Amino acid sequence: MILTSLTDLWYGFGVALEPHNLMFCFIGVLIGNMVGVLPGMGPLATISILLPLTFGIKPVGAILMLAGVMYGAQYGGAICSILLNLPCHPPHAVTCLDGYPMTKQGRGGVALGVTVLASFVGASWGITEMVFLSPLLVRAALQFGPAEICSLMLLGLLAGSTLARGSPIKGVAMTVLGLMLGIVGSDIETGSERFTFGLAQLDDGIELIALALGLFGIAEFMNSINQIVETNTKYSKVRLRDMRPSKADLKQSFFPMLRGTIIGSLCALIPGTGPTIASFVSYAAEKKISKTPERFGHGAIEGVVCPEASTHSSVQGDFIPTMSLGIPGDAVMALLLGALMIQGIVPGPQLITQHPDIFWGLVASFWVGNILLVLLNVPLIGVWVKLLTIPYRYLYPSALFFVCIGVYAANNDMFQVGETLVIGILGYVLLRLGFHPAPILLGFVLGPRFEENFRRAMLISRGDLAIFVERPISAVFIAICVILIAGQIYFRLRGAKPGPVAAALHAPAGDEPSRWPEQAVPAEPGLLSAGTNRLSALRLRGKLILAVVALGLAVAIGFGLHHAGDPASLDISAQKKIQAQPPR
Amino acid sequence: MQQSRHPSLVIELGRRLVRKRDFYAGGLMILFGLVMVLKGPAYRVGSLMHMGPGFLPTVLGVILVFLGLVIAAGALAEPDGADERILPENPQWLGWLCILAGPFCFIVFGSYGGLAPATFACVFVSALGDRSATWKSALVLALAVTVFGVGLFSYVLQVPIPVLEWRGL
Repeated sequence: MILTSLTDLWYGFGVALEPHNLMFCFIGVLIGNMVGVLPGMGPLATISILLPLTFGIKPVGAILMLAGVMYGAQYGGAICSILLNLPCHPPHAVTCLDGYPMTKQGRGGVALGVTVLASFVGASWGITEMVFLSPLLVRAALQFGPAEICSLMLLGLLAGSTLARGSPIKGVAMTVLGLMLGIVGSDIETGSERFTFGLAQLDDGIELIALALGLFGIAEFMNSINQIVETNTKYSKVRLRDMRPSKADLKQSFFPMLRGTIIGSLCALIPGTGPTIASFVSYAAEKKISKTPERFGHGAIEGVVCPEASTHSSVQGDFIPTMSLGIPGDAVMALLLGALMIQGIVPGPQLITQHPDIFWGLVASFWVGNILLVLLNVPLIGVWVKLLTIPYRYLYPSALFFVCIGVYAANNDMFQVGETLVIGILGYVLLRLGFHPAPILLGFVLGPRFEENFRRAMLISRGDLAIFVERPISAVFIAICVILIAGQIYFRLRGAKPGPVAAALHAPAGDEPSRWPEQAVPAEPGLLSAGTNRLSALRLRGKLILAVVALGLAVAIGFGLHHAGDPASLDISAQKKIQAQPPR
Repeated sequence: MQQSRHPSLVIELGRRLVRKRDFYAGGLMILFGLVMVLKGPAYRVGSLMHMGPGFLPTVLGVILVFLGLVIAAGALAEPDGADERILPENPQWLGWLCILAGPFCFIVFGSYGGLAPATFACVFVSALGDRSATWKSALVLALAVTVFGVGLFSYVLQVPIPVLEWRGL
């Protein structure tokens, strides 16, 4: 098992180090890092703008580049939040709490230095996890029939919409809306047009790029125009030699780094609890463990290291369900999966066997990319700090142009630019009504596959819905779904007062923590006070998350090991034989 | 808010509801759901075993209407929150208009004039939306992005769109 993974990984390095793939990886992390630093631009918008440009590239290069943008932006975001107290995207909101005080004390360079280190450690662990866990998951998933896939998707959609930020019920509503938008266009089986309202341009469905750029481009610009605070660069003069942490700093941050990594990797394993929740949970945990919790909020190095390590380990870990099961955990993953689908690659458990170059190339490129990022971030820190001073009034008009030309270039169709505009307006209305639009993308990407598998499952069972609880694996997924829903209802009825952490996680969409740091990150140091009742909401949610993780992991690994002795299970012909057997 | 003179509970609840953001949020979801429920059956629903194209839309529509009702009802149960405004504290009507006008200009000028005028118009118009922007700064930015954009997309990436061409109305 382990040996196979290592051989495959070696092969992956061969793919990732091919000159053109290396180049795309480099371009990806460079652009990602740049965009992560720029205030007011998110990785979602960047990936969707770049998406049409990757059509001409081979799938491997394209996915390496887009993934590079994603984790590059995580590195860049840390710079922004430590030096300017501006969380460019949500996972870094916590880093501000101790990062900015460190900057004010003149230790901003050190904070950046340990961040780079922590990120690298976190990411490396996430990748290792991906190398060894994905094949196990795939072994399990290859045995899945339509019913299992269906209930797994249901679990992914539910978890993705209820465990992420915002009100759970609104999240589910957004997922349903996404599924609905996925229905627009020709039906796969009968070819009849649905909800096209007589527009021939909608026959192929709504374009993924138009949807993503409408929701995360235009709607976001409308949300941030004239709202971005003037950047204060008073403290942000950082030179290379300031970045070297002292021995005491390293000693102090070693264990928090490991703890953050573990928390992040646990959070990554369930869809929906991506980097943002991981960073909040790890900060709270670190503060609780600490012997001197009063230092937190005043520039404690642990408060920077732990969330950063967990963010990165969870970002890499998020790729596990996405790549091995074809179930994306959040909107960014959904977008990457959509990019693969545009390239004609069917996501799902067969991806690793059918396209080993994509999977193992991607895994290896993570390491290559992370090393590139360390190399980029350490000596070029001055350049990134300069980028911070670009005002938003130059950024958004240029970005708007990139949105327009990107959507146009995808299909050479002006209609889709109009589509983006309409979706952008809808997205802004939804934002103002307190919805988070991210689950829309999740529902949109999974929708068509969900419908297809649901139909197949119903054909097999002759229209009997009981198939979902009669087949054991499917029953487990459904049970987890029920636990999720019941848990949410229970905690709501019990009236767990949302503590500040949970409140930050649940901040209404209009007040994205990424936009108004003054509101999202109150100055009072007691923000994450360990007072039991203030953290209760988070703890309850944490328990729920842990329960789900443990259950899911146990099932997946148990099942994977059960079939691990069966060497034929990764063999495609054997897999066909298994499928040909009558349903148990 | 003025105290209700009628002691009727229904009216009081109604008044409370109209102030709520979630009331409108739920209403919007109900609206979307109703569109699907009403239009879905037109595509043939079929049976569970042989699902027609209208099956999933109808089911999703019902779910969405239900969720909308729950969201709206939730608004009733909660006490008045601090954040019930739908518009932000300082509405940026000009900014929003400019941002939306940008892609619109891109479509119009792109369809009739080519990439260069489309880029210029898009960037120029949307740049005017910022509070601190002036005609001059918008002009400079638009020119710069036009030169860069046309160079990148037309010459380097070869997106099939004419740079400058009058196609008539």
